[in-house]
Amino acid sequence: MSANPRPAAAEPLLEVRGIGKSFLKPDGDELVVLDEVSLTLRAGEIVGLLGRSGSGKSTLLRLIAGLDEPSRGEVRYLGAPVAGPAEGISMVFQSFALFPWLTVLGNVQLGLEALRLPEAEIRKRSLEAIDLIGLDGYESAYPRELSGGMRQRVGFARALVVHPNILLMDEPFSALDVLTAETLRSDFLELWGEGELPIRSVLLVTHNIEEAVQLCDRLLIFSTHPGRVVSEILIDLRQPRATVDATFRALVDRVYTEMTAHPRTAREGARAERIAAMTLDAALVHVSPNLMAGLMEAVSEPPYRGRADLPAIGQALHMEADDLFPLTEALQLLRFAEVEGGDIRLTEAGLAFARSDTDERKTLFARHLLGHVPLAAHVRRVLDERSSHRAPKSRFLDELEDYMTEEAAEQTLRTVISWGRYAEIFAYDDQRQVFTLENPT
Amino acid sequence: MSTERLPISVLRPRLVPGRWDSLAFVLVVAALVYLAHAGLGLVAPLSHLTAERISLNPWALPGYAAQTALRMLVAMGASLLFTFTYATLAAKSRRAAAVLVPLLDILQSVPILGFSFTIVFFLSLTPGRVAGAEFAAVFLVFTSQAWNMAFSFYHSLRSIPAELDEAARSFHLGPWMRFWRLEVPFAMPALIWNMMMSMSGGWFFVVAAEAISVGHTTVTLPGIGSYIAKAIAARDLGAIGWAIAAMAVVILIYDQIIFRPLIASADWFRLEQETGLTPSRSWALTMMRRSRLLSLGAHTFGALVRLGFNRGPLRPPRPRPERRRGRLADILWSVGIALLVGLAVWKILSYVLSSVPSGQIGHVVVLGLYTLTRVAVLIGLATVVWVPIGVHIGLRPRLAAAVQPVAQFLAAFPVNLLFPVVVSGIVFFKLDPNIWLSPLMILGTQWYILFNVIAGASSLSTDLKYVGENLHVRGWLWWRRIALPAVFPFYLTGAITAAGGSWNASIVAEVANWGNKHLVAKGLGAYIATATAAGNFPRTALGIVVMSVFVVAINRLFWRPLYARAERQFRMS
Repeated sequence: MSANPRPAAAEPLLEVRGIGKSFLKPDGDELVVLDEVSLTLRAGEIVGLLGRSGSGKSTLLRLIAGLDEPSRGEVRYLGAPVAGPAEGISMVFQSFALFPWLTVLGNVQLGLEALRLPEAEIRKRSLEAIDLIGLDGYESAYPRELSGGMRQRVGFARALVVHPNILLMDEPFSALDVLTAETLRSDFLELWGEGELPIRSVLLVTHNIEEAVQLCDRLLIFSTHPGRVVSEILIDLRQPRATVDATFRALVDRVYTEMTAHPRTAREGARAERIAAMTLDAALVHVSPNLMAGLMEAVSEPPYRGRADLPAIGQALHMEADDLFPLTEALQLLRFAEVEGGDIRLTEAGLAFARSDTDERKTLFARHLLGHVPLAAHVRRVLDERSSHRAPKSRFLDELEDYMTEEAAEQTLRTVISWGRYAEIFAYDDQRQVFTLENPT
Repeated sequence: MSTERLPISVLRPRLVPGRWDSLAFVLVVAALVYLAHAGLGLVAPLSHLTAERISLNPWALPGYAAQTALRMLVAMGASLLFTFTYATLAAKSRRAAAVLVPLLDILQSVPILGFSFTIVFFLSLTPGRVAGAEFAAVFLVFTSQAWNMAFSFYHSLRSIPAELDEAARSFHLGPWMRFWRLEVPFAMPALIWNMMMSMSGGWFFVVAAEAISVGHTTVTLPGIGSYIAKAIAARDLGAIGWAIAAMAVVILIYDQIIFRPLIASADWFRLEQETGLTPSRSWALTMMRRSRLLSLGAHTFGALVRLGFNRGPLRPPRPRPERRRGRLADILWSVGIALLVGLAVWKILSYVLSSVPSGQIGHVVVLGLYTLTRVAVLIGLATVVWVPIGVHIGLRPRLAAAVQPVAQFLAAFPVNLLFPVVVSGIVFFKLDPNIWLSPLMILGTQWYILFNVIAGASSLSTDLKYVGENLHVRGWLWWRRIALPAVFPFYLTGAITAAGGSWNASIVAEVANWGNKHLVAKGLGAYIATATAAGNFPRTALGIVVMSVFVVAINRLFWRPLYARAERQFRMS
């Protein structure tokens, strides 16, 4: 591996074998979040897990960390199965997860205190970690006094101070602003490259494609519902990697293509048939109609004129892949756009939408919503059929919960409410939790 | 950063005494001497506890006040211990929670003076000694403090943020370390607030519990409560004035030495920095931080706690097992509990019905309706008076900062000290006790409405205020569209507390004495008070059960839906 000074050892640090995670749905069926995932982590490499929300990548990280138990398969660390949080695996959290009532020093010492080390050694090692990660002088500060970037540095120091073999990182840069994230990333890469970090390998969960290509030696791309590894991409670039470099851009493009090549799910036949029969089992991710309109306008205008490269339009609109994908999926669902080979192309309807004024847009949106989103059509039909033209929210929630978790059902219904309100095909009163046909006049 | 904001245990202790030490030293030594003195009192024979031994000389008051304050402190300590154990058990075990949480809900609704019959039990524990009577008084105060503290702690334990829980588990924190490093600090802000609420209630009941008669058993513990009781019997308004002043001083000292420092230090424990929140300051906290003596103590405590980190298993317990497992055990558990509850209900019923004619039950329920009417009317009146005033104050930050501590102080002040003044007025003007005793119920609890409304109005965002001005929203429209909706959730919190407190107070407020004059208002509180004084336990039990049912029913049927609605309607996300 040219990108890393350390040679990859033959003995794997971590092996994940055929792991799966399911939750029980209220009707007793299983909802599969993670399905048949296998991966191997060797010393000296940074492996990235890339996928959209709902691909179970964070769940996988928690299974590896021993914070949750898999339903099937097993995680082996240094040859032994993982049951409960293992020593030698530590984690950096997206939200930092610092204890607000402890100082920087207190937070960093936490893991060592739990390991029952002598006080002198705890102090020495903590100060070293603080020094290494660039937190000198902040030892007595409280997390609330620090900026986001400094807080995450505490998160890194806390994870590194226990000298773990494997560092798990759960979207560690996504809560930071662009510049801060960039600084922290390059600082981390520098320490890693110089072999300064007391760790042997890194597993990084991210939804930021550029970040993944910049940091990782290997990427595993996940599908959604259920989460599975659908492809593996080797990144054989020398560090430091220039993000404007042509090979780098080509890799980013390739990852976009891979990720859009597996829209929604790797579905089994039976499921696909049910979709065709227009049932209600597809969970919807909430995307505001205003955002959809914005994207359609942007793509319809020059220089794109109806067809745009996803990484390019994402950059132009300052949207990360994780924000962009739900949006393009919603447009696909409503037949306003198609996605192929990492490009988005507006359909005739999509182009017409972009040209129209507000009222025409609403009419068009309503037609597509009723035509292509079974749940919306269902709600409308129920309201039409009832003489009172009213129906409680719980009625639809119960129906949805036959197919998905409570949480997903709630979110799906919220999405349909939002879209239905925009299309003015029904009204909803949150106070009384009922759908009605009439908006207040 | 300024060292002012550092918690005690972080500052490295220096062994040389400093100037804050002299202050701390005096306070610590005084506390020790005082504890030793009070300890001697415990083994004194019970015959010491007679009203004749209480002196109405104002110079005796500091001593009485100190004893009353000590009872409060002991009860608070017991409440904390109860909170940490009971709530932790409820939060960690699903099966325990199924019993402990509803039990707590009921205990919270039982009128506190209903527990006064336990005095006989406590006296029997240490025959002939003062200790039993002291335990009884402390237990009464404990019952007024512990439940809401435990509930708050339980709630906090259940709402620990997922990421902090994961961090704690992934860094192998054992149960003991987890408790001190994660759970207690996280629960602290809410717990401190509830401790203050408990203290406020506690003063009321410590005063009531010091001079109490249950049937033939009369206990008169030296303290402000007994002093007042004697002053009432002697119709000595001057002595009552002195007692009120002494009580005010005691509450002020408690506030300064215990609660101001706690509030100021609780600011660290908050997860989010609320903008515009002025940092609380406390001279006592500064003293504790600056004093090397005390920080050495804090450091020792910290070291002791850390010593415990090494106990407990290194491997944290596995994540909670799936629901499917132990279904049979669950069923057995539920059946067992149901049987136990059934047995208890049967026992209570047979006990009550053994000496109370069943027709009496209807009568007691009617009395409950009288008291309910009083509570409702009084809360309504307090709302009409205090909501506009509270909004007015809350919108003026300077005024709010000045009024807020006063309102909190008034809420803490045991209004039963003021009863004699009111009662002598009623006797003098020959007023109808059915109407004029009622305000006593809300005298102490109305302040909850006031300071919650103040808090609500001060949290109204400046943007919303400006929008109102910008759109020329004025007068009644302004109240309807901006002010009232903004303070509503806060008002509800205050009103619920005030209503609960008023039910409790009814036992004291519906019956009043002035010398040999007895005033009785028709109501459930008076029923319980009379039954207790007569030593009629079945009737007392009946009254307590009916009042508990009333309180629980009102909470469930009225306050809870209203609160849920407020929560749904007024959140932004």
